[in-house]
Amino acid sequence: MSEAAKNPDTDNVILDVRNLRIIARREDGSTLNIVEEIDFTVKRGEVIALIGESGSGKTTISLAALGYAKPGLEFADGEVFLNGRDVLDLDRHGLRNLRGREVAYLAQSAAATFNPSITIGEQVTESAVLHGIKTQEEATKKAIELYHALELPDPEQLGSRYPHQVSGGQLQRLMAAMALCGDPDLLVLDEPTTALDVTTQIEVLKAFKTVIREQGAAAIYVTHDLAVVAQVADHIVVLYDGKIQEAGTTDQIVNSPGHDYTRRLMSAVRPTPSSDLASAKQEETDAGPAMEVKDVTAGYGRNLDGSPKVTVLRDINVKIERGHVVGVIGESGCGKSTLARVMAGLLPASQGDVLLDGESLPKTVRERSRDQLRRVQFIFQMADTALNPRHNIREIVGRPLEFYRGIRGRERTDKVAELLQMVDLEPDMMSRLPSELSGGQKQRVALARALAADAEVLLCDEVTSALDTIVGAAVIKLLRRLRDKLGVSYVFISHDLSTVASFADEVVVLYAGRVVEQGPVKEILSPPYHPYTRLLIASVPELRIGWLEDTMGTREAMAGIAGAVDLNAPGCPFSERCPLAIPGTCDVEVPPNRVDESGEHIIACHIEFSGLEREQTAV
Amino acid sequence: MSDSTKTATDVADDEIDFQELYDAAPRQKFRFSWTGWIGVIVVTFWFLIAILGPFIAPYGENDLPYPDAYSEFQVPTAKALLGTDVDDRDILSRIIYGAGRTIGISLAATILAYLVGVSLGVTAAVSGRWIDMGLSRVNDAFLSLPTIMLGLVVIAAVGSSLTVLIFTAGLIYATIVFRISRALAMDIMVQDYVEAARARGEGLWWIIRKEIWPNAAMPMISDFGLRLIYVILFVAGLSFLGLGVQPPAADWGNMVRENLGALQHVPYEACPYPKNAAGEDNWLCGIGTKFAVLAPALAISTLTVSINLIVDDLSSYAGGKLTKGM
Repeated sequence: MSEAAKNPDTDNVILDVRNLRIIARREDGSTLNIVEEIDFTVKRGEVIALIGESGSGKTTISLAALGYAKPGLEFADGEVFLNGRDVLDLDRHGLRNLRGREVAYLAQSAAATFNPSITIGEQVTESAVLHGIKTQEEATKKAIELYHALELPDPEQLGSRYPHQVSGGQLQRLMAAMALCGDPDLLVLDEPTTALDVTTQIEVLKAFKTVIREQGAAAIYVTHDLAVVAQVADHIVVLYDGKIQEAGTTDQIVNSPGHDYTRRLMSAVRPTPSSDLASAKQEETDAGPAMEVKDVTAGYGRNLDGSPKVTVLRDINVKIERGHVVGVIGESGCGKSTLARVMAGLLPASQGDVLLDGESLPKTVRERSRDQLRRVQFIFQMADTALNPRHNIREIVGRPLEFYRGIRGRERTDKVAELLQMVDLEPDMMSRLPSELSGGQKQRVALARALAADAEVLLCDEVTSALDTIVGAAVIKLLRRLRDKLGVSYVFISHDLSTVASFADEVVVLYAGRVVEQGPVKEILSPPYHPYTRLLIASVPELRIGWLEDTMGTREAMAGIAGAVDLNAPGCPFSERCPLAIPGTCDVEVPPNRVDESGEHIIACHIEFSGLEREQTAV
Repeated sequence: MSDSTKTATDVADDEIDFQELYDAAPRQKFRFSWTGWIGVIVVTFWFLIAILGPFIAPYGENDLPYPDAYSEFQVPTAKALLGTDVDDRDILSRIIYGAGRTIGISLAATILAYLVGVSLGVTAAVSGRWIDMGLSRVNDAFLSLPTIMLGLVVIAAVGSSLTVLIFTAGLIYATIVFRISRALAMDIMVQDYVEAARARGEGLWWIIRKEIWPNAAMPMISDFGLRLIYVILFVAGLSFLGLGVQPPAADWGNMVRENLGALQHVPYEACPYPKNAAGEDNWLCGIGTKFAVLAPALAISTLTVSINLIVDDLSSYAGGKLTKGM
């Protein structure tokens, strides 16, 4: 406390980081700076964003506010004053008192933070009671107050429910309640919305913003997403390679970035989906579609009559033209990954057909011929787990060459080198293990493995979702180049509409296992929209201060953001969240497929094209 | 594919000014800690003794160092470096001969347990529900029986011999190996890289060999060490009960049993120098007569503890996967 008294300016300063340097020690004893020369302060009621890609040291710095260094890291220089006291000098006991009481940490994944067998109320209040900050009654009262502030449903009863009984977005907000229950002075939020769907992301962002303001706490917000930061932060600190590149108010950074790296981050921000973004239309070929999905219904489990116990996909029709990119979009649980699995033969469809080059494919991998398998390749979301950690890159990329094409020995090695170059990797990486590569490099290796098969259709399941914006943008660029060069077709699955919009030729919008809209990307991104597509487009954060408030005020957001998805809804599955729903029709009858004059744009809605267009251009 | 589409598109992308940051940890090399090194030294020592036993032992396992005298529980002398046992035999030689038998039987039994356990465990993990169910329930039934009791019953029924001992211990411990290998294989079967191999059209055998095995090997090897310890203790236990290696053959377990008397009975005449020069009791007489029991007990514990020290290092390198699998 004496430190604070010396400096009159620090009255409102909660956290003061001065010249912080954190090092890692190598096996040979030499050291490596992980972060250095870090200076910033956080005042009461302020949100500071630490922004940078993975490896930039943003999480390491934020954890220093808790006096914590990850295993293998050491504090080398500098001070971290929290409420005027240097947390780096505290012993274990002092740190335990500090954490949860003065500073609280919110991790990325709420699902991993909550214990599934303890009620929500108990977990939210636990730390406050344990630290002796509040009695159980006071803590419970505070928790209910926070549930109200976070706009959680049924605040009075929520505490007695279990984590699996609430949605992912609600769980994420409950984590904020957990952190705030002990009235901490500082909140550290580590990528709290990165794993969420866009529609869920807005509701969580808004709740965080309100609650931080109301509680008068200060916060450090760690993320790689500049558009998100623009909505919640007061100040932004831009990091690259462990050093501060630029720091300033949100307004300065967003509207007049001074540093090259900041500008680069901004250029990688997902652009607002709009029809001018659509790539030039690919030339039509007369050869017919490369792949086609016809009337497919699929799901998990099997009833006696052969129908699935849980139907995930219903009556799906998709055509993948040669050399085209078909974007498949929807929230998590809408069945988009299931569609790719059906196409790859990993999950047999209970009805319908998958055609490759006009020929019907057998339903399962086992029945398909090696050549049929070769022509359709699957790329997984998590390159981390899709590459065997015990195989080196040569084996991983070389296996399809050997398996499908019988290429062995020296020829195989040469071919692997060629493939690695094709995906912008150095051929001398061949003897490395996947764990020695960065996230983006791993995804490139996974891509090289698919190319090794000389595939015609690549099924890309959320391939950029686990990557930072910059790295993700580079991967997309690579995919586009390969398409132009090799003429492959992609099925590009994503929950990120702006990525799809900038890359796809046709878009399929899935909701609750049904296609609600499909057509050329230009048509999808301009009115008339399906009301759900409209909601998705509106939910993509824009790099503009005040966007969040504007969006939350719209009719779509108010009606649709916090809705549950019912796979077995009798009528239109979206009717509950739809601002245009016609009671008595939409919730009872299955909507008809409406087709425009060109025959390419399909919307499944009870309202006609003209009606939708009138509603959507009026606002 | 078609060369016609290649034309206009190899335009250089705008340069990436900022390299993607390297966020992967460097490959970790396996290293023994100092405790691990102690383990390696002691285990190597015992294995060498086990192999070279007959060539380095000062006496045969049933030879008497003092053939002309009544000489049970003699304290160590130059003639018998660890003294003599209840039947006047040289303890050192019996420890050396016993090493080969104890380690040999245990190792053979553990290898058998692994052959049976791993093949059935992996079969259960990769095959359909019913095969898995059948194998697992039968295995559970065997697991529920106490190991030593099961061993007692089998040996009481068919009699003891080296082969019976190896098969009994091997099959009893195969149940636990089954459990662990099934859990490990199941864990790996649901990984994306196995899914990727399946989507590629790889056969089951390839998946087991190339995808599952390399990832299961490290935890399995460290479990092999742990299992070996249990089997050593089990075989020693059976011998201690008189059901294992039969006298007069030497084995660490039955050496403890034969010489239990040394703990109570210390014949005065066993100690040639009961008093030292100053007229005080010679401390060697107190402990020296108990070497008959202490030596084999110490042999068992140094071997098992040392194996454990090695396993500790192995499993911490394998990232604690072993404990998760169990």
